[in-house]
Amino acid sequence: MNMNRKTKKKNIAGRPGFDPGRRSFLGAVAAAAGVTLAPGVFLYGVGASGPALAREPGVAVSGDVRWGMLIDLNHCDKGCNECVSACVEENGLKGHGRPATDAQWIRKVDIHDPDTGLSQSLPVMCQHCAEPPCVDVCPTGASFKRADGIVLVDRHTCIGCRYCMMACPYKARSFVHEELEDQKPHAPRGQGTVESCTMCVHRVDAGGQPACVEACGRKGGGAMLFGDLKDPGSEISKRVASYATQQIRADLGLDPGVRYRNLK
Amino acid sequence: MKRIIFSEIEGRSAGFRGLAAVLGLFFLTGLAAVMYVEHAGHHVTGGSNQVVWGIPDVFAMFLIVSASGALNVAIISSVFRKTLYKPLERLSCLLAVAMLLGGLMILVLDLGRSDRVIVAMLNRNFKSVFAWNLYLYTGFIAIVVVYLWLQMERRMNRFVPAAGMAAFLWRLALTTGSGSIYGVLVAREAYDSAIMAPMFIAMSFSFGLAVYNLVLLAACRGSGREIGDVLLRRLGRLLGIFVAVVLYFTAVQHLANLYAAEHSGVERFILRDGGIYTLLFWGGQVIVGGLLPLLLVFVSSRRGSHLSGRTVALASMLVIVGAFSQLYVLIIGGQVYPLTLFPGMEVSSSFYDGVVASYAPSLPEIGLGLGGVALAGLVVLFGIKLLRFLPTTLVNAAIDPHHAAISDKA
Amino acid sequence: MTLCRISIVMAAVIMAWPGLGLAEAAMETEGGDSGVPLPVIPRGQGDNCVADTEIMRRNHMTLLRHQRDETMQQGIRGKQYSLKECVNCHAVMGPDATPVTVASPKHFCRSCHDYAAVNIDCFQCHASRPESGNFPGDHDRSAALPVTQAVIRIK
Repeated sequence: MNMNRKTKKKNIAGRPGFDPGRRSFLGAVAAAAGVTLAPGVFLYGVGASGPALAREPGVAVSGDVRWGMLIDLNHCDKGCNECVSACVEENGLKGHGRPATDAQWIRKVDIHDPDTGLSQSLPVMCQHCAEPPCVDVCPTGASFKRADGIVLVDRHTCIGCRYCMMACPYKARSFVHEELEDQKPHAPRGQGTVESCTMCVHRVDAGGQPACVEACGRKGGGAMLFGDLKDPGSEISKRVASYATQQIRADLGLDPGVRYRNLK
Repeated sequence: MKRIIFSEIEGRSAGFRGLAAVLGLFFLTGLAAVMYVEHAGHHVTGGSNQVVWGIPDVFAMFLIVSASGALNVAIISSVFRKTLYKPLERLSCLLAVAMLLGGLMILVLDLGRSDRVIVAMLNRNFKSVFAWNLYLYTGFIAIVVVYLWLQMERRMNRFVPAAGMAAFLWRLALTTGSGSIYGVLVAREAYDSAIMAPMFIAMSFSFGLAVYNLVLLAACRGSGREIGDVLLRRLGRLLGIFVAVVLYFTAVQHLANLYAAEHSGVERFILRDGGIYTLLFWGGQVIVGGLLPLLLVFVSSRRGSHLSGRTVALASMLVIVGAFSQLYVLIIGGQVYPLTLFPGMEVSSSFYDGVVASYAPSLPEIGLGLGGVALAGLVVLFGIKLLRFLPTTLVNAAIDPHHAAISDKA
Repeated sequence: MTLCRISIVMAAVIMAWPGLGLAEAAMETEGGDSGVPLPVIPRGQGDNCVADTEIMRRNHMTLLRHQRDETMQQGIRGKQYSLKECVNCHAVMGPDATPVTVASPKHFCRSCHDYAAVNIDCFQCHASRPESGNFPGDHDRSAALPVTQAVIRIK
């Protein structure tokens, strides 16, 4: 984010402060971002209200919001990998040709019911549970749940014990097995720490939506929807209220933030 | 009862020097392995995103579980007042501390960011079993050191029973904590069970005593101290009882799991379809580590026969082989079995969903594990040389004033 | 004189954390001719510093660390002491017209940290150079200044 030099001048004494000029600038940026990102949202829900605009600078996240995803499997194609490619590109998940140890934040899982013969394909990523077992077991508290429901790894505190990887029922977490360089500035990741889908916090905080959702809308089947589950006016809330949706391993009582429709 | 005299070993023989050299070499190799993995990244180990805790964790768990078990001999003496075991107290405490240090070393060095141990000490999430364990492990070392000092400072001997009780309770908490590391993992079919904690307690009794027996026999043999057959009989049969208890818990764990359809997949894997894991379970854990030592000890010590040191040593070695098998099946077998995201479905993906993961121990990992064992060995070896841990003699007359009466009846 | 200076230099190295400020204070009696080559600190791009050099030198770690917790746990972004902005502004162009990474001793952070022998942990995870499109010179940061050689002024 390229802050105005003018506003920096005002703050040279070291006091971060709100500045109306900055606020309106940010509003303009957010509006521009919203317009650029809108096609991804519109493809799925015409006239839908997108996720909330960027919070004002200096304002912390709050529990009034809970970010979630809704994925309609009727629109999810077995051969399509747009969400995965978008995630890799957005977060700089360079593979090293070692599938056993390379990180995967989102993956397509193909399931087949041997009794009925039904086959489906679905993207699986960190489910951003309301009661995350990975947060419970982390000895340093590096694995934590943000107030707005996004589960993250604070890599400053992560000691790489991999207990969270053992605890996650969705196999959502990866361990970085090698030294990395040229990471994306908005997605820091490093050797010896554990990582998983961040729901593109850097985008969400700026008022956007995750890269996978955007790519699915733009280039894929338009199966993914992102939004605020606590806002009754948001598209996602309306949809989960109007038809049945499923959570993976709902029996574990973790209340994931990612819901699926038509998961048989 | 006669006053027990403890003395240092001379520690100048070729055997001692050779052993010290070998242990030192393994220790340094362990450190070199860690340097290599730190530099090249963990992808050079056998670990992956599917099997995150490998052989180092097997070694570490063995050392930590055995450490709490090795303390049992001292506990039996000071808490349960079996004076027969009194001469064995000090070595028991030394071994407990040594093995815990070895286990801790492996755990810390296996971390992805070992340089952040300070962070781990300062930031704490008290909901995490790992966090409790960190306090339990370090507290254990502190308590056992105090307990040991109270034993060695004869004027403080009257506090030994109280310290022993404290150490006993702490050690139970520690082993419960170690078992709970796995027990709280609801995600994994192989672990999600409250029986993990008591099973680990049973394992600690068995493995700890096995290691203790071996160390005691080796130390006495190496320094020319005799062990009477009364003590040998006790140690051997006690080991047999503990082995039986572990077999019981194993049976309960697997039978209970088999009953629940939810866990039947992983049970089928371990008991029948798991390849190397099935072999290690039946062959290593049940037969070599369970039934064989049981038979060996109780047949050799039946009425009228004499349980020799060699038999006790053999039984103990078999138990240790079984221990490694059990921990390997538990820790690694539990991870290679895929997570069930979609019960009843056949699953495939690019991230190894639905398939049994493969794991092969790599040299750096084995090096680290052996390095931890070597550290424990070095602490014991130089401990008994520098301070008075070993009793001068353990013959029947010295330790059991009633032995004549018993052997007359037998 | 030698013993005094050795102990002062040792104290300086040991106290290199936090920041060089204390090191400077320790060396103030001697001046910069201790025989150890002083670091060459490339000047940042743009016309404004975030704060005075003295303040930044002493406190940059504390400022960064406080802000990182706010960003991580509360999602507060875009405040002054953003590591990303530091990297963007203080990027040093390499011979191939791209900024150098922390692997090169010319990297801004390394030029001081190497001298003070303080390990930088940040760039294990954080990108040590701006993304392409954000290189110095890509944006008009008020008349991009040439990278000048600057020397630590040791009072």
